[in-house]
Amino acid sequence: MIPVDYYIILSAILFTIGVLGVLIRRNALIIFMSIELMLNAANLAIVAFGSVIQNFSGQIFVFFVIAVAAAEVAVGLALIVEIFRTKKTIDVDQMSSMKG
Amino acid sequence: MTLDLALFLVLALVAVASALGMLLSRNAVYAALYLVLNFVTVAVFYLLLGAPFIAMAQVTVYAGAIMVLFLFVIMLLGSDALPKSQVLPWQKPLAIVMSVLLAAEAAYLLVTKAKPAGDVLPPAELVNTTENLRQLGNALFTDYLLPFEVVSILLLVAMVGAIVLTKKEKGAR
Repeated sequence: MIPVDYYIILSAILFTIGVLGVLIRRNALIIFMSIELMLNAANLAIVAFGSVIQNFSGQIFVFFVIAVAAAEVAVGLALIVEIFRTKKTIDVDQMSSMKG
Repeated sequence: MTLDLALFLVLALVAVASALGMLLSRNAVYAALYLVLNFVTVAVFYLLLGAPFIAMAQVTVYAGAIMVLFLFVIMLLGSDALPKSQVLPWQKPLAIVMSVLLAAEAAYLLVTKAKPAGDVLPPAELVNTTENLRQLGNALFTDYLLPFEVVSILLLVAMVGAIVLTKKEKGAR
């Protein structure tokens, strides 16, 4: 019998760690991993709320979020590899020009 | 303190610690492995919440496919350690202060304002795994058939996009 508040607070903490990762890290791959962490925190909150109202919609939306995250990772990592080929770095401070 | 609550607290500690480990480790491979640990603990949370299908999908898709892709790219690029040169010295403390504010605000608002009718979660042993799978599959292929097909097209487009982006152009370079 765990109150739903605990899950929501945990989700907020995990989301904040993800935000912090995007803000303070300069490795593009770690920033990307932090985005995945934020998606996970949001999924946890959705499943917790869905479990309280006894409804399957929450789980179905989380299923779609997981599928979209997989697509996002495929395209994002391809972009990072392409940027590394032209710039020879994955430091986001170096990616300040729009022309490759 | 019930067993469920003790399990929750231990798992929450592991989840937050592994997320912090991902945030703080200088080596990108260690960060990816910490993130795998975090995804697995979140999968156990899904089991506690009575969502066994999502838990297994989490392990196979996130901890399996996505993180293996990450590890491949980290090893392919081979530049896991960046030189330490801080461009904006005030940026890191400011980011930490604002993140703590964000966490406090989000937790406060979600707990006080967005509370659903039932406050306490049902015990996990009431959830029948087979029944959960049956109902989920039923909903997915009747009420949510169109989003399901759109997601399949999205995955196809992402696959084609990833191949086109990383393909070397003939003659160039």
